[in-house]
Amino acid sequence: MKSIDIIQNEIIDDFNMFDDWMQKYEYLIELGKDLPLLNSSYKIEDNLIKGCQSQVWLHAEKKNDTIIFTADSDAIMTKGIIALLIRVLSHHSPQEIAESELNFITEIGLTDQLSPTRANGLVSMIKQMKIYAIALNN
Amino acid sequence: MILNIENIRAQFPILAQQIHGKNLVYLDNGATTQKPVCVINAITNYYKNENSNVHRGVHFLSGLATKKLERTRIAVKKFIGAKYNHEIIFTKGATDSINLVANGYSTLLKKGDEIIISELEHHSNIVPWQICCENSGASLKIIPVKDNGELDMDCFYNMISNHTKIVAISHISNTLGTVNPVEKIISKAHELGAKVLIDGAQATTHVNLNMIDLDADYYVFSAHKMYGPTGVGVLYGKEEALNSLPVYQGGGEMIKDVSFKKTTYAPLPHKFEAGTPNIAGIIALNEAITFVLKLGVENIYNYERELLEYATNEILKIKGVVIYGNSKNKTGIISFNINGLHPYDIGVIIDKLGVAIRTGHHCTQPLMERFKIPGTARISFAVYNTIEEIDICIEAIKKAKSMLV
Repeated sequence: MKSIDIIQNEIIDDFNMFDDWMQKYEYLIELGKDLPLLNSSYKIEDNLIKGCQSQVWLHAEKKNDTIIFTADSDAIMTKGIIALLIRVLSHHSPQEIAESELNFITEIGLTDQLSPTRANGLVSMIKQMKIYAIALNN
Repeated sequence: MILNIENIRAQFPILAQQIHGKNLVYLDNGATTQKPVCVINAITNYYKNENSNVHRGVHFLSGLATKKLERTRIAVKKFIGAKYNHEIIFTKGATDSINLVANGYSTLLKKGDEIIISELEHHSNIVPWQICCENSGASLKIIPVKDNGELDMDCFYNMISNHTKIVAISHISNTLGTVNPVEKIISKAHELGAKVLIDGAQATTHVNLNMIDLDADYYVFSAHKMYGPTGVGVLYGKEEALNSLPVYQGGGEMIKDVSFKKTTYAPLPHKFEAGTPNIAGIIALNEAITFVLKLGVENIYNYERELLEYATNEILKIKGVVIYGNSKNKTGIISFNINGLHPYDIGVIIDKLGVAIRTGHHCTQPLMERFKIPGTARISFAVYNTIEEIDICIEAIKKAKSMLV
């Protein structure tokens, strides 16, 4: 498995190919649509991260010492970013996830999506992914 | 009178800017309106030339600041047709005003008493009353909303009784634009001896207000939704209604005499104005009122109705659009969804096209629950908006739809 940083750099390279925001957004929408469906048994209140604008459901499980994330959102743009977060963090060890520094969202110019307002559940989602990793480590 | 919109727009410096390389189309006026240059100048001028604390200095500047602050009180009194100047209390905003009254009712109510609000209220007119109920033992009753976004008045008439002590209702719904029948609510409530608080946050530039005719016991609004600055609000209350409330916050200004044995309180309006107020903001509110009065509330209302009708027709041409709030009696607010799309996705895409609208639950989660939706996209107009801007917005929504579907 590639390291978290290598995957982040791949994503940054992917986004560098785009000329404008519209291509970036279209790519995110595509990623959002392609995100594997979250098993409905995981779409429960306990897995819900509430945002002011969109909601995110996050599920994590441990498999062969790595964490596998699955997630969903009611907004497609949010789902697109979730797809990227899963690509970066899933299939890594709890320690790698907990210690990761995620810089790709800023690098690809999507900081609007991560504003510290209550805009969406993404900031909480990243935090929650790390918390799951730590919890599942034991 | 036909308003010269070009002239009006020229008074709002912020409207000339570009966002993401596109001309700004600002259609989030329900959240806050932009400020004309007269309001901005009043704030700068105050800090440049007049800054001084009010009501306590003997020196020239303090006297000047006090005089100008009190002039706003008179302007507000005239603007809303109140009986006395001391019925105008300056607060931080409409939310603060409601909290002041609800906090007072916490001590006035007891178990068995009832408060009536409605399903379309802003959280600011829900949560303070929930806190009031928790503290007093009173219970909260809710007037339901019909499918067209109007209050179910039959339910209201069945619900109200002599247990009802206060009814708190918005004049205009911030999410649906519905103008509520506040006159009927007030007269029925008074028949049964209940007081009425009207949340006028969305109403001040759309309805000619006359407190004596309206007969509301309390009426609240914010300066920033009527072209004035943020951080300033008004609580109007009938003299006896305000006198019946206990003091809210303690501090300077609100006292008559302070001693460790017994402190006595100042009469209205100072009883409720503890601490140094937002002097610059209050002075600038006077300018905002002058701005609105020059244009005329009725002219603003009529012009925004034109925008509303045009935009409603155009947006309904987009396939799959559902508008929430279809009362005949509504102001310049369109809350909508497009089948299968999330409002957040629409909002972030059209933002990139320079169009500012609001998406989400608009601080009315119970109303979203009632319509079984996660939120809506909301367009809300002000007097400086144009037909051309609506066209740009509609094109942006179409673009978003084509990207998302």
